[in-house]
Amino acid sequence: MSDLTLTTRRERPLDPPDRFTELGERAHLHRMAYADGHQGWLVTGYAAARAVLADPRFSNRPELAHPPVAARLELLKEMQEQQFRVPPGFFLRMDAPEHTRYRKLLAGQFTVRRMNQLEPRIEEIAEACLDRMEAGERPADLVEAFALPIPSLVICELLGVPYADRERFQADSKVLFGLDSEGADVIAAMTSISTYLYGLIQHKRAEPGDDLLSGLVAGGELTDEELTGVAFLLLVAGHETTANMLGLGTYALLTDPGQLAVLRDDPSLMDNAVEELLRHLTIIHLGPVRTALEDVEVEGTVIAKGEAVTLHLPVANRDPERFPGGGRLDVTRPATGHLAFGHGIHQCLGQQLARIEMRVGYAALLRRLPGLRLAVPPEEVPMRTDMSIYGVHRLPVTW
Amino acid sequence: MKIEADTTVCIGAGMCALTVPKVFDQSEEDGTVVLLDPSPPAELEDAVRRAVTLCPSGALSVS
Repeated sequence: MSDLTLTTRRERPLDPPDRFTELGERAHLHRMAYADGHQGWLVTGYAAARAVLADPRFSNRPELAHPPVAARLELLKEMQEQQFRVPPGFFLRMDAPEHTRYRKLLAGQFTVRRMNQLEPRIEEIAEACLDRMEAGERPADLVEAFALPIPSLVICELLGVPYADRERFQADSKVLFGLDSEGADVIAAMTSISTYLYGLIQHKRAEPGDDLLSGLVAGGELTDEELTGVAFLLLVAGHETTANMLGLGTYALLTDPGQLAVLRDDPSLMDNAVEELLRHLTIIHLGPVRTALEDVEVEGTVIAKGEAVTLHLPVANRDPERFPGGGRLDVTRPATGHLAFGHGIHQCLGQQLARIEMRVGYAALLRRLPGLRLAVPPEEVPMRTDMSIYGVHRLPVTW
Repeated sequence: MKIEADTTVCIGAGMCALTVPKVFDQSEEDGTVVLLDPSPPAELEDAVRRAVTLCPSGALSVS
């Protein structure tokens, strides 16, 4: 029996918890205790994590899952009691071939080419955020003024969700990702977002626009319930992830003046710096979790049918065998191939959009505010160890 | 070098089109890979091999 449990508490804000880094240096797979008493696995090696994520013998269906942390156990129990079901279009938690149908309906909307076409609009949005920041008071909170509005506005415009309604789903989204949130509150937040989006879909059926959701409605392949699930996934994922990469990435650069200077002196490094920040920071710090559908051998270890596997992506992305000196931020390092967007069939649908938002966002920030600096000591910045997506709660800056 | 692409496996992540846009594109309809050049010139071989490695769904192979 292993007493190893997953934690999000960190000794240093930009590094994974020391215990997991040390485990990663010793082996790639470890026995781990899940919150319901299940003895499953934790994977800390890059190659092993990639192998599990790419292997269809590992399922992502929620009914097979075991909760890696206590907060999720309470939520599962509450969901069972309330007989709560995620909407049918929420394809992140489906396996192939069910997953395939939804993914293919959407992947054409998120191609590299289509995302590149959004770049001028994303630049406009970033510049407008900075205009407002410069006209406002100092210090400012970079999360509220910049890191959250950019991805939020972009995903709202893309999907056709009124940006004016954002306070409503952003508050629900906070509850959703909060590890200290009560199970009943998480379900209430999910219900609230679903109810809102279901209403929006019906509105689009009556009065279609030229946005992605209207297009899916007109396509006629999905029911309103499925459309609600799809919209839920895209809206929430589009908000939280890139916003935290912009906030945490800026924090990482401002606390590492050497790397900030390298990037500022050579803007052609930006695409590479985005990959390196994604790798180094790996804000998905609580999973993903998969369940073995049959006995599967991974690097000589048999993961038995029914056993859960948690992929520790922050540690896997610093695996010294794949990324030598991976504990250091180095914007010149060849960092592609990292697992920050996952791997396998669930690899992030919006990754090409996220890349452009970061490329445009960081570049605009460095260009417009050359004197940008933290307005508080680095240790006073509140970190999101209490959320399932890591980042900074606030980032007080001046310039 | 000869590239093969399995569009039934492809999930449209776009890593190939991002890595070697001269060789890979994506369908407007479902995002799946479109091979612009199934036998690319030698100078693109390293990049193509990188794209094959980066593909999350194992849709690409080279021979």
